[in-house]
Amino acid sequence: MAMAAQDIESAILAALPGAVVDITDLAGDGDHYAAVVTASQFAGLSRVAQQRLVYNALGGRMGGALHALKLTTIPA
Amino acid sequence: MSNPVHDRITTLVTSNDVVLFMKGTPFFPQCGFSSTAIQILERLGVGFESVDVLADPEIRAGIKDYSDWPTIPQLYVKGEFVGGSDIMIEMFQAGELQALVAEAGIASQA
Repeated sequence: MAMAAQDIESAILAALPGAVVDITDLAGDGDHYAAVVTASQFAGLSRVAQQRLVYNALGGRMGGALHALKLTTIPA
Repeated sequence: MSNPVHDRITTLVTSNDVVLFMKGTPFFPQCGFSSTAIQILERLGVGFESVDVLADPEIRAGIKDYSDWPTIPQLYVKGEFVGGSDIMIEMFQAGELQALVAEAGIASQA
């Protein structure tokens, strides 16, 4: 199973409106991505809480359909 | 209400100062993210307990609920969830992981 970069981006944007999402397909296989997410919603949150917002945006797909996502969160 | 898997995890994370839930073993990590986590702990120079979730399907399923975190590896210090490998990298580079361990009174072996 894999997930298209565009689907990842739109899922994140739907949950975090106004966020800036930069996705790189690390292995070119549609299954190993790096995402840098910059969002005002992260302000004041711990790193764990910031990443949880992104994981929640992806629903149950993280760790399932989406195997590997190297995630960097940046408060805007 | 008691969940036997969660009870097992609680015992693991409270009876060891530093616990890494990972895929594979420190010598043979089975995933790049777990390998990264091991390298950070080695640089940190602290003793740690590792739990191979591939060898323990019950823990593998239970830890995700327990931590409310969907991926492996997962680092615990003094019973508290710290994060996955990306957070470990950021905290190590910022010196925060070193501070966390020092504040927890965990001696570096490096």
